[in-house]
Amino acid sequence: MPVDVYLNVVVAGILTGLVYGLMALGLSVIFGVVRVVNFAHGEMMSVAMYLAVVLFSSFELDPLLMLVPIAAVMFVFGYVLQAGLINPFITRPEHSQFLLIVALALIIVNALLIVFGPDARTVQTSYAYDSFQLGPVLVDASKAYAGGAAIAFAAALFAFFRFSRVGTAIRACADNYTGALVIGLNVKHLYALTFALGAACVGAAGSMMTLIVDVTPVLGPTYTLLAFVIVITGGLGSMAGALLGGILIGLTEAVAGLLFTPSAKSMFAFAILVLVLLFRPQGLLGKRLS
Amino acid sequence: MTPAALARLGGGTSRHIVILLMLLLAVLLAPWAVNDYLLTVLIVILYSAFTGQAWNIMMGFAGQLSLGHALYAGLGAYVAAVLFVDYGIGPWIGFLAAVPVAMACGAVIGFLAFRFGVAGVYFAILTIAFAEFARIGFDHLPAVNASAGLFLPVRQATRNDVWHLRGSPTMFYYVILAATVAAFVLCRLLLKSRMGYFWLAIREDEEAARAAGVNTFRYKMYAVMISAALTSFAGVFYAFFYNNLFPEQVFSIGRSIEMILGPVIGGIGTLFGPILGAFVLTGLAEALNAVMAFYGLDIPGAKQVLYGICLLVVIVALPEGVWPPLARRLGVGKDKL
Repeated sequence: MPVDVYLNVVVAGILTGLVYGLMALGLSVIFGVVRVVNFAHGEMMSVAMYLAVVLFSSFELDPLLMLVPIAAVMFVFGYVLQAGLINPFITRPEHSQFLLIVALALIIVNALLIVFGPDARTVQTSYAYDSFQLGPVLVDASKAYAGGAAIAFAAALFAFFRFSRVGTAIRACADNYTGALVIGLNVKHLYALTFALGAACVGAAGSMMTLIVDVTPVLGPTYTLLAFVIVITGGLGSMAGALLGGILIGLTEAVAGLLFTPSAKSMFAFAILVLVLLFRPQGLLGKRLS
Repeated sequence: MTPAALARLGGGTSRHIVILLMLLLAVLLAPWAVNDYLLTVLIVILYSAFTGQAWNIMMGFAGQLSLGHALYAGLGAYVAAVLFVDYGIGPWIGFLAAVPVAMACGAVIGFLAFRFGVAGVYFAILTIAFAEFARIGFDHLPAVNASAGLFLPVRQATRNDVWHLRGSPTMFYYVILAATVAAFVLCRLLLKSRMGYFWLAIREDEEAARAAGVNTFRYKMYAVMISAALTSFAGVFYAFFYNNLFPEQVFSIGRSIEMILGPVIGGIGTLFGPILGAFVLTGLAEALNAVMAFYGLDIPGAKQVLYGICLLVVIVALPEGVWPPLARRLGVGKDKL
């Protein structure tokens, strides 16, 4: 195969990987602060995807513009979920929290199946077949927009955590739970806010993802697993790691899809997961485990 | 065994043993009392009770959360089915071949996780990843007919052939009943053994167990391997009962999750929990089916939503599961059956 085919696939993989990275960033933020493993992450992503599909097919609203309102809807959903259901479980054993969210994931996936049926839905934008010529590389327009939006969204989140007072307070909760309580932070509210932010990330990522893939209910568990693979690969609790992991996994999938068969591409993501667990269990950018 | 000896084994009084024996009699005579449809439902219940018990050894006893048990069932199913279809080797020999395969797989996952400090939910993610790896792998494996599925030859059964697991639902019922009872006895023996106490120590506090001199790595490995071996039998049974295997189905995450629902709802770490949970869950699912059939509805996914709601309700309202509070009410709670 000529070199430019590889280049095209590599660029497409990186752009898709940025969207993966934003999705995984949501998971990483939730885990890093609330210490709850959101096993319904991919399911929440597919809820956002269906929102985008419905908005597009009913009102011709472009998913790229809709990613902000969809992220806002998921933000509210995440806040309610954490405040209403998960907060009372904070002191329960880990597996108990996990199974609670497994139940939630099971309900979401099958509710989507009941409402939308098993068939794939697509979003056909006017720029679906556009592309840019960058030297020898042909860049798919949808993927370029989605990747760019993912970078913008992630940057906004970084800035929020770094510079805003609320972001600083959330980081304080993550660093020292008891200390945060002592200085009078409303930890339950901040936890709910964090979960909401994580949900907003998947909301935005899901909206962008509709430009890249067809939407089916069964995507949920697949994306949950993918988000975990990315977060573990990138390094738990590292926001940059989630993005890097996303790019790496997106790239791997794209190249594997080209060299082997697209349906087998996730196997390579799992192979990377096993390699990371073996040789660098703290992840690429994670802090060394004590 | 006398009722008194049985009572000691079960940790209850002889009144409980009478109840237990009556239940046993009821399940033994069930095939004569119910029609073919209900018999199939009973087979599904016992199948889920069996896999629930197998999973419970890992999570309930040793505290290792596996969400990829479909892997072991799937491997058992495929090993036995390939031996039967390609070489004419019967399921019992197939089972003997499936056990080491499943155990080896469990050992690899256990080794990777326990040696490298992958614990808790990350261990669960690793188990899912391996099951998914197998699903996609088998989907592209020509030797097992890939995603087109593997079919076992069905011939009209004129007589029950237990050796080849070909026959009527009644025969399958007794096979899975025997397996479920055997698994119960095995679980009981394991739980009261030296290893069982080590497992409980690991489950409650692994650091403390290690400090007390328990070789936690070794005993966690044993838990995974025993659980995998038992689950592989369920796979062999599945292959010969349903006669068709698709990687998308046997290795799916959904299958793994269905396997854990029974024990979680019945009561993790208890002996009766997985069995009770299987009856409760499948009973509810069948009731839902009946209601939907009555209104002429066919809603794929409705059963799973019901499962999810049951799981949610039990975890929120009955964190121990259904069996422990029930057992306390029946007065058999002191031994945590």
